[in-house]
Amino acid sequence: MTVPATFAARTAPAGATAADPMRPMPLAVLASRQETHDVVTLDIARPPGLDGAAFAPGQFNMLYVFGVGEVAISLSGDPGDPGPLRHTVRGVGAVSRAIVGLGPGGTIGVRGPFGSAWPMAEAEGRDVVVVAGGLGLAPLRPALYRLMATRERYRRVILLYGTRSPADILFGEELGTWRDRGLEVEVTIDHAAGAWDGNVGVVTRLIPRVAFDAGDAIGLVCGPEVMMRFTLDALVERGIDPSRLYLSAERNMKCAVAQCGHCQFGPDFVCKDGPVFRHDRVRHRLTVREI
Amino acid sequence: MAVENLDRIICEHPVFHGLGDQPCLLISGCAKNVRFEKGEYLCREGESADWFYLLRAGSVALEMAAPAKGVLTFQSLHEGELVGVSWLLPPYRWGYDARATERVRAVAMDARCLRAKIEDDHELGFQLMMRFTPILVERLHGTRLQLLDVYAPAARA
Repeated sequence: MTVPATFAARTAPAGATAADPMRPMPLAVLASRQETHDVVTLDIARPPGLDGAAFAPGQFNMLYVFGVGEVAISLSGDPGDPGPLRHTVRGVGAVSRAIVGLGPGGTIGVRGPFGSAWPMAEAEGRDVVVVAGGLGLAPLRPALYRLMATRERYRRVILLYGTRSPADILFGEELGTWRDRGLEVEVTIDHAAGAWDGNVGVVTRLIPRVAFDAGDAIGLVCGPEVMMRFTLDALVERGIDPSRLYLSAERNMKCAVAQCGHCQFGPDFVCKDGPVFRHDRVRHRLTVREI
Repeated sequence: MAVENLDRIICEHPVFHGLGDQPCLLISGCAKNVRFEKGEYLCREGESADWFYLLRAGSVALEMAAPAKGVLTFQSLHEGELVGVSWLLPPYRWGYDARATERVRAVAMDARCLRAKIEDDHELGFQLMMRFTPILVERLHGTRLQLLDVYAPAARA
């Protein structure tokens, strides 16, 4: 899938020398929304002069908190929305906690968008099975928005979402509206207490329970790598060919332009060749510990 | 007539699908249709595992109560699935509560009756084990992933 050029390249003045993809663009934080106890979605102002689609579903930006550091975060907003850039972040380290702590009026450095995208064109005319685990729903949300916006181009669209507990369900208020917009949504959690009467168990248990044309369906998977390995195996067992399965890999991305080597994934760099990979091209690497 | 119907229902249930007419007929002699309303319990922890259930409709939560934590659900089961493996091996005692989270229709299998038939017919026992073992393995794999707590935050940047 063709992906947009970086913000720096698209907003450089005519005749300027090549824009530096390593230079963060300082942008204003417009809003911050608490999604769960440790996950926040930030709305960040678009780069001045940026027209058209800001990114393709599945891509990421490098977000830089000045004086703290930089980290790769997937875009989680609607790719068709001309409004702010949207990132959903869990505060787990020094940089991500600093990002989560930013509020309206704050400034953040942004480089991107980088990386490969979910195969939206290839999914047209097929059943689409989207399997998300935990925070992995965030990188898939742009693809879900695209699927809903052009719903008539696809056959069944199924979202299977597994997470830790009811309190960890991401975009909980939106899930119901997605059902109204033509998605079949099933949620399961690993640990339940109290009044939860929904599904309990790993997300792979949902796969045999939903109807789709496995011989022609396409699968998009994002979540912790252990979850993805078992999910991809379950989808293959169900009958989806590995050449029609895609995953979003996560590695230690630093430069985001395939120069530093930190995110090397066998012969690929996750920042440039990924994060979205076709399963049959990387499946043998997923169980190699050294990679 | 009722036995014939149960025979067919058992043979068509995913757990026993493909078992063959004769074994289905044999085990249907240990079966009866049951119904549980939402909130009713199919079994309680510590009780003798004298029955197991083939779910035909509805959902069941497998639960354990823990001091200061309340009731914890560790798995939900649905139409086409099996409630109960404790009947297979001594001490034949339920290790959890099973609660209907919506109206449940099921085939209840009398475990004592079935164990007696297996003692007399080891081939039947083998055929049943070939159906129960994949279920046990699948649930073991799922439990491993739940124990790994793969969605827990990992330390990183």
